[in-house]
Amino acid sequence: MIRSTVSALALLALSAPALAQEVWISNERDQTVSIIDVQTLEVVDTIEVGARPRGIMFSHDYSVAYLCASDDDTIQVIDVETREILHNLPSGENPETFVLHPDGRHIWISNEDDNITSVLDVVERRIVAQIPVGIEPEGKAINHAGTIAITTSETTNMAHWIDTETHEIFQNSLVGSRPRDAEFTTDDKRLFVSAEIGGGLHVFDTETFEEIAEIRFEIPDVHPHDIQPVGFRLTEDMTRAYVALGPANRIAVVDIENYEVVKYHQVGRRVWHMAMSKDETLLFTTNGVSGDVTVIDLVREEPIKTIQVGRFPWGAAYRPAEG
Amino acid sequence: MSLYLRALSAILQREALRFLTQRERFLAALVRPLVWLLVFAAGFRAALGLSITPPYQTYITYEVYIVPGLVAMILLFNAMQSALSLVYDREMGSMRLLLTAPLPRWWLLFCKLLAGVLVSILQAYAFLAIAYAFGIRLPPMGYLWVLPALLVAGLMLGAVGLFLASTIRQLENFAGVMNFVIFPVFFLSTALYPLWRMAESSTLLRDICAWNPFTHAVELIRFALYLRLNAEALGWVALTFAVFLGLALWGFDPARGIMTRKTR
Repeated sequence: MIRSTVSALALLALSAPALAQEVWISNERDQTVSIIDVQTLEVVDTIEVGARPRGIMFSHDYSVAYLCASDDDTIQVIDVETREILHNLPSGENPETFVLHPDGRHIWISNEDDNITSVLDVVERRIVAQIPVGIEPEGKAINHAGTIAITTSETTNMAHWIDTETHEIFQNSLVGSRPRDAEFTTDDKRLFVSAEIGGGLHVFDTETFEEIAEIRFEIPDVHPHDIQPVGFRLTEDMTRAYVALGPANRIAVVDIENYEVVKYHQVGRRVWHMAMSKDETLLFTTNGVSGDVTVIDLVREEPIKTIQVGRFPWGAAYRPAEG
Repeated sequence: MSLYLRALSAILQREALRFLTQRERFLAALVRPLVWLLVFAAGFRAALGLSITPPYQTYITYEVYIVPGLVAMILLFNAMQSALSLVYDREMGSMRLLLTAPLPRWWLLFCKLLAGVLVSILQAYAFLAIAYAFGIRLPPMGYLWVLPALLVAGLMLGAVGLFLASTIRQLENFAGVMNFVIFPVFFLSTALYPLWRMAESSTLLRDICAWNPFTHAVELIRFALYLRLNAEALGWVALTFAVFLGLALWGFDPARGIMTRKTR
């Protein structure tokens, strides 16, 4: 009896600790990543990373995090458990944002200064393709079927539709001024693109490539020039879009069935990007100028807490609990 | 029922009757903070800027910020209204009748105070309900937590009113009280702007606000609405209550206070 209890305790001690739900935030100015525990909504760790960290995401199995260290011209791979940088991957110059293909092996990267979209194979650790795109590529998206990749170019004001097999652009769509982010709906039938200076969220039909809607934002006490849609997230059930409005310091809640703005949430200064919990009950927004992250309860539909992180938080990535 | 409780019950009933018959007074007490909330706040949205001050855990809109201050405003105006009615009672002679009851003067005055506060609390909750209808959401338990804070803050402001009533001889002088007490007390507090905002324009103003007991009443209510106890504010409110109740009792003492002055 005693022996079995002791061995049970030993097993318990030896087994890996359960990992809590976390949100990782890249702090552009601090060269760090802040880790927020989703349960306590507190920063539990800060990792030193490369220069000017911006885009951040997890591998599909959540074992590693990928981070664009823009000024180091590399993508860093961070072990989620030990929180150590495992190695750097080639990325092309000045990687700003990226997206992971559904195959979990290829990362599509925007090289802002070179006007190129690079395709990185994380297994072979080499760039397998470089596709010339418009000026200042930024937003990245890949449809769920893995057949189409999107690169938005800030200065050309276009969304480039790229065949992921041939690595060739097969369509260009004009968007509002300075397109920043892109995402497909769960059924891959619509593509959403935000236009920072244009001030709208554009919706395209993925069969005809035609624009089918443009959602505009109006906030009574905010000057229209300050309403600048940047990062956004769509819900799995395709009912809502949450749009960061930059210097308007608001997150817009959009009904994407009727293309209507239903609410605005007050967040910190110059909100950039966001991460949503897997169950879609919490949204974490990176507020660049105020250096914090606002947590919005999507069930109660209200911001519940703002957490101080590093200077100029930029990207955010959510990791579910494990173990 | 003991004599004490009978007196309390009688005074409460009288105040309740007055409350029920003076519906205009109830509406007027609600209109004032609602005008602030729905009209003034719209123009003052930028006043708060973007900051996080305790007890808030995130950025809030100006409308959300001023709700506790407006609740305290209801208590303040009601306390002054009660003071006015005391002056009126004294002029009409019903005050003299009340104070001749065979009970300690402090108990009678406290009953009067409590009755006024309970009416204020009803009005404060009516205001919170209307604010909710206009989309101002507070933590659900905050509506319960705020009850003791409202009681303590109401008693403190009521005691100030009681003291003023003991010093004002005529009804006509009450307008002066409105100008020289209510407005400075309200505007030189954290009801409309946080302390850090005051400090930006003048540190002296900030210091005055920080010393103002009404600020502590506002902060006590604000923290309670967000399920937190502001012990410092509670301490100041309790101290102010004790001091002004003592002064009011002194004022109503026929041997020393107002009664002597009145018969002179």
